[in-house]
Amino acid sequence: MGLRRAIVLVALMEVTWSLNVTTIGPETVSTDASAHPEPAEENTEQKEAAAAEEDVMATGELNPNHYPAQRAAKLVQHYLNARYGSPYKLFGLKEVHSGNAEEVADSGRKYQLEISVHEIISNTKEKCSAEVFFPSGAKQLSPQVQVSACEEILKLDAKSEEQALYQQYKTNKTVRTEERLPDSYGHIDPEMTPFWHLSIVASSFIMLKESTENTLYNVAQVANITQLATENDQLKFDCHVLLHEMVSQEIPQWKLLFTWSPAEGVKVLHTEQLPHVHEFEKRAKPN
Amino acid sequence: MTDNLETLYFFLFFLVNKVEYDYFQYHPMEEISSWMSQMAKQYPDVVAIVDYGKSYENRTISLMRIGLKSDTKKKAIWMDCGIHAREWIAPAFCQYFVRQILQTYKTDAKMEAMMTNMDFYITPVLNVDGYMFSWKNSSTRLWRKNRSPGPSGDCYGTDLNRNFDANWGTIGVSSDCNSDIYPGRGPISEPEAQAVTYFVGSRKEDFLCFLTIHSYGQLLLIPYGHPDFTASNYNELMKVGEEAAEAILKVHGKKYRVGTSPAVLYPNSGSSRDWARMQDIPLTFTFELRDNGTYGFELPQEEIQPTCEEAYSGALHIITYAHDKTFNGAAATAAALWTTLLALGVHLM
Repeated sequence: MGLRRAIVLVALMEVTWSLNVTTIGPETVSTDASAHPEPAEENTEQKEAAAAEEDVMATGELNPNHYPAQRAAKLVQHYLNARYGSPYKLFGLKEVHSGNAEEVADSGRKYQLEISVHEIISNTKEKCSAEVFFPSGAKQLSPQVQVSACEEILKLDAKSEEQALYQQYKTNKTVRTEERLPDSYGHIDPEMTPFWHLSIVASSFIMLKESTENTLYNVAQVANITQLATENDQLKFDCHVLLHEMVSQEIPQWKLLFTWSPAEGVKVLHTEQLPHVHEFEKRAKPN
Repeated sequence: MTDNLETLYFFLFFLVNKVEYDYFQYHPMEEISSWMSQMAKQYPDVVAIVDYGKSYENRTISLMRIGLKSDTKKKAIWMDCGIHAREWIAPAFCQYFVRQILQTYKTDAKMEAMMTNMDFYITPVLNVDGYMFSWKNSSTRLWRKNRSPGPSGDCYGTDLNRNFDANWGTIGVSSDCNSDIYPGRGPISEPEAQAVTYFVGSRKEDFLCFLTIHSYGQLLLIPYGHPDFTASNYNELMKVGEEAAEAILKVHGKKYRVGTSPAVLYPNSGSSRDWARMQDIPLTFTFELRDNGTYGFELPQEEIQPTCEEAYSGALHIITYAHDKTFNGAAATAAALWTTLLALGVHLM
């Protein structure tokens, strides 16, 4: 083999040997630079500055995955549902692609968003542009939403199903739920599903009105929905919904009176927030 | 005569064989407890039940310690589910996770190695009282907190994920005991939080990874909940988190966002994840599982399987990273280098 080669091999063996240190515990791994080099020391000052920036209301280019753009985008979902939703048309926020926020002198903050919206029943997706305005000031004014570049998804036709449902419940049948929608297991009776959708649409009026930059609403559950008689051509409903507000983790409860027809869509007649009731707590004894 | 024999065999078959546990349905506490015992019986050398605390209503809080026998010092992985009562998909995931690792270690060399080097400590339901309360009837389904009485006796429950000793009571809480984010009388005032604190705290050097499972929102959250504090390994946590989210996306196309709680969701304090990171456990994550608000807490049972499959993929990525950083790193590189040297040596000859 030759002495030179043997020396080379031995030298290389020595290197291997020293690397073969059994490392136990994450602290010691950093000494083993060749295996998994520790990430470079973070610039904590940079990170703190970034965090502080977001603390004060975010302005300028927004990170689409962070809460300011996400909360504003959720309002677009509520707006689309309130305006265009039906027993067979329900919108969800799919993704936020980009966002921008700016102060509007003395009146509030405006968000410009590029988002993807999803029509849940037909499972179609479309990119939309939207503007969300949060008014400031003591008066509890509702946020304003404008949507553009979103025509296809709004043109989706569910007219025949809507007409069929409308006819059925105008003449023959009446809705009165026995189970919550969905029930504890996430189940909804297929015959009740259009009314679950309707309740979400009606609730969207409330969620839109109540939203601020510090809230994120979803419908947690429909406690009940009952059909009422009408003298006109609308269907009329009384429903009790449980909302989920993400930031406080609370479950605000609302009663709504609303009408619906394929032609008119959903019109909310009356809303009432129920008090923070803990009746079940007062009655229930420890198991 | 043969008819009677057939009937007898049929009867004996069902007597002997338990009905398969359905991992894709929600189970009440009693069924989860008996499933845990059943797993310990079925895998006696691999699964042990450890009782490590009592709930406010004096129920036992148990975990499953899962691992293969080893002569060398073992490290540990922590996973807890159901700290918030209404998040039913979380306990479902813990049960699925246990089944997965027990099914795969016999045929998957990597899982076998991980179970040899590490013990998995899995708590299927941490907030036992709250979980049971949420099963009571349809009006209790959306309960979140534990069931300890508030100071005035007029309100119930502390948010266990605000009760840990990590910047306790500073942000993302409410002093109103009716609030769903009431952090308790003081840090670790609650027995459920005490149980985790004592068990993990007394073994903190062993833990590589602390995963706490919640719903909903499709998020992977990293410490800290307080906006003024940044984890020393923030970059690493983000990188591993993004990789886990990628793994999740590949399973069923669901997007999970990654970031600190204050960035992605909202600021908070007293979370179990933050406390764990402060114990120097390097890889601590909060999983917020499906969905994005359509069904919310009442995720349909048909979604249990896909949710568990994607979450498993994400969790496994983090766990594998934690394992490889500690155990494989040096050995793998040395082996590769040695192979190269041998090849060189052959050429030199």
